[in-house]
Amino acid sequence: MPEVPEALRRAEPPRLPELAEPDLVRHFTELSSRNFGIDTGFYPLGSCTMKHNPRVNERLAALPGFRDVHPHQEADGAQGALRLCWELQEVLAEITGLDAVSLQPAAGSQGELTGLMLMRAYFADRGEGGQRRKIVIPDTAHGTNPASVTMAGYELTPVKTDPRGNIDVDDLRANVDEHTAGLMLTNPSTLGLFDENIEEIARIFHGAGALMYYDGANLNAVCGISRPGDMGFDIVHINLHKTFSQPHGGGGPGGGPIAVEKRLEPFLPVPAIVREGARFGLDYDRPQTIGKVRGFLGPFGVFVRSYAFILAYGPRLREMSEVAVLNANYLLARLREAYELPFDRLCMHEFVLSARPLKREHGVTALDVAKRLMDYGFHPPTVYFPLVVPEALMIEPTETEAKETLDSFADAMLTIAREAAEEPDLLKSAPHGRPVGRLDEVKAAKRIVVRYGFEEHPDLAGEPAAAAALEAPKGV
Amino acid sequence: MSYLALTDADREAMLEEIGVSTIEELFGDLPVGVRLGRELDLRPAMTEQELTAYFEQLASQNAHVGAELSFLGAGMYDHYVPAVVDAVLQRGELLTAYTPYQPELSQGVLQAIFEYQTAICELTGMDVSNASGYDGTTVAADACFIAKHATGRSKVVVTEATNPQVRQVVKTYAPGFGLEVVEVPHRDGATDPDELRAASEDAACVIFQHPNFFGVLEPAVELAAAANDAEALPVAHVDPLSLGVVEAPGRYGCAIAIGEGQPAGNYLSYGGPHYGFLAARSEFIRRMPGRIVGETTDAAGTRGYVLTLQTREQHIRREKATSNITTNQTLLALAGLVYLSWLGPEGLREVGETCMALAGHAMERLGFPLAFADRTTFKEFAVRVGRPAKDVVREARERGVHPGYALGRDYPGMDDVLLVALTEKRTPAEIDRLAEVLAEVLAL
Repeated sequence: MPEVPEALRRAEPPRLPELAEPDLVRHFTELSSRNFGIDTGFYPLGSCTMKHNPRVNERLAALPGFRDVHPHQEADGAQGALRLCWELQEVLAEITGLDAVSLQPAAGSQGELTGLMLMRAYFADRGEGGQRRKIVIPDTAHGTNPASVTMAGYELTPVKTDPRGNIDVDDLRANVDEHTAGLMLTNPSTLGLFDENIEEIARIFHGAGALMYYDGANLNAVCGISRPGDMGFDIVHINLHKTFSQPHGGGGPGGGPIAVEKRLEPFLPVPAIVREGARFGLDYDRPQTIGKVRGFLGPFGVFVRSYAFILAYGPRLREMSEVAVLNANYLLARLREAYELPFDRLCMHEFVLSARPLKREHGVTALDVAKRLMDYGFHPPTVYFPLVVPEALMIEPTETEAKETLDSFADAMLTIAREAAEEPDLLKSAPHGRPVGRLDEVKAAKRIVVRYGFEEHPDLAGEPAAAAALEAPKGV
Repeated sequence: MSYLALTDADREAMLEEIGVSTIEELFGDLPVGVRLGRELDLRPAMTEQELTAYFEQLASQNAHVGAELSFLGAGMYDHYVPAVVDAVLQRGELLTAYTPYQPELSQGVLQAIFEYQTAICELTGMDVSNASGYDGTTVAADACFIAKHATGRSKVVVTEATNPQVRQVVKTYAPGFGLEVVEVPHRDGATDPDELRAASEDAACVIFQHPNFFGVLEPAVELAAAANDAEALPVAHVDPLSLGVVEAPGRYGCAIAIGEGQPAGNYLSYGGPHYGFLAARSEFIRRMPGRIVGETTDAAGTRGYVLTLQTREQHIRREKATSNITTNQTLLALAGLVYLSWLGPEGLREVGETCMALAGHAMERLGFPLAFADRTTFKEFAVRVGRPAKDVVREARERGVHPGYALGRDYPGMDDVLLVALTEKRTPAEIDRLAEVLAEVLAL
């Protein structure tokens, strides 16, 4: 019998919990009771598309024929899984208006990075790799966009937002030239506004020989209404966990497939799924591929759930987006008098308000509004993002909420605006009755207790603390 | 079917409140030229029953490990997932939450991540862990990014006996990081420390898998020392289920420990979603990618947990962030925590010993020459079957047994080598069955 040689053998066992199953179940049930999900209540976290997660999708993903299939299984033992992936690619191509899809990226931000790698491979192939080093990103972008640019080895060219909330086209023109590799744009933007000049933007980039990348974070606004490919985008990522309802799991998993225009297809990650008649296989022989960004074909269980979600709607996906936009505009209409609206337009699937007047007049911040919403049983919206709006409250109701829910949320927001004037301390001391009050984030960053220390675990309760939640982006 | 809640009357009332008369008016900002102007070409909407029937039909076309006796591993393993994992993961409060940006509503997930970080640190012997990476491949790229910035060097070394997909992902990320990737060949199934030392000159980090892709226990102590001699960061890619019996990377000089979490608490799921873990010595914490949860208190002194050191992250630091990761694999990492808590330290050791004993038994029972005769293996071993292994796989599968992974898929010259994996789910009777089927196939 083989034995681990002495020098490699574990000397001290890991100190893992030692619990009987009943106590284990109670522990995690207790933890769940101190958490808030979509199942608990309204969760209008802007840009995160917290829509209902249909339970049938959980059941389908748990079918042994999906859940218990080894990813190295030979293609002839995985025909159903490959067909599902193939069909999902087909529907994503149709929804985005593009030609070819890779399901591999694990999340939206990895889709972004993959898209930038495709740009690099494309320009290298054209002999323009050394010349085109710059990626243009508007100041409303998610932080992932600039972070992805750095990871891909590109340089960032920021552009401004105009007074209507569109990209400032003059600033753009001045910043796009033969050194530009591409644009990364979320449309509708993180302000919840569709860029009215998108056709002109596409002309500028394509005229300069550059590519256009669509951050699909806000695709939920336009399914079946407008397709990124038809707007002029060459590469798109789709957030399966947002638009197509993979449960967010307390932070993940997600799925970030990318769809591309024909000329970028040779560079897609391997393996590609290929079809011959009714048979499906995997093709690794793609000489121009960028390689692999993740193991295997991607997060297959996410594909099962999202494909089931898409099939449930079919062409009614258009209605899904319409209702998402209707719900957002309804909330906006109900709240616009009580809060500041930085860009006075109809919105798409989300909108951004500012709590600046509350701060100016009553010393109450967006964070205070967010915390007070918890007292009314709601998850707060995203706050302090996008960065171009001070005291931002970014609200995305999604299509799955009933009018009654929207009304009760709007009522709470209006009440809170009144409370800000009459009893501002109610907001500043919120939330009330949660397991913890506002936590000292400064202390957390200073003390850095990021694991249990057993006998040497510090007693933080004995140290002074302030209710010091940071006024920094929370959400997105 | 749809998951919409509005009635027609609701829609009318809402449009009126907005001050428009049709939904189309809400889309007035869209230039006509970019509107689709037709229905999406998708198959008609399905009911829940129709969906179930269709997906059951698709699922029935896949050979799953409950129907086909499987000895396939090569990075993903058919370990047992206890029912308590499913029960916890289906708690809606955890399943349907997102990243815990608002700690007062998220103490459940935050504390679970804190416990997960603790468990990963204990397993690996490291000081700090993040809240998860995408999988066992991308955490290797993350480790390269940490090492590049920690050392200022522009080369990374990966052993050839490291999982081919891990190497491929590192190579895909490397050009963007400005890194060159050097591979060190294996010698008879393991890495030679002297050869590794020579290659580590000027390297930012050295990644080695242990047990390696062939199931072989590497001379890990010497490999870490070789990297340290060259002042390159030693990065061990480890199987979490080996760490009850195999020493923790933090105890033999590694700077970073990474790995694929799937064996610990995740289903195979045809490749995902799973979780990658990444843990390091405390000096690297400010260069770590991804979410990290820290303990603190509220003003009254009540203990609580928050996302911490967020100035590393993309939503604060943007182009200067340590990574672009946002959505991670928290739910799968939670499965890992529940699993490890269910096993406990004794259970973890027993699983490791059982796998190793079953593998030893299978090695003897099959009787094929080992591809690497003098090496000690953990739960997987490579044998020469005297014929192209991919043909052997095909013919054995026709008899209802998946005998393992054909190593020739990744390693030239190893076309006749089969990599056989044993988990605690396999029984001696099943090993007999494998032996019989292989004997039958090879006698043809």
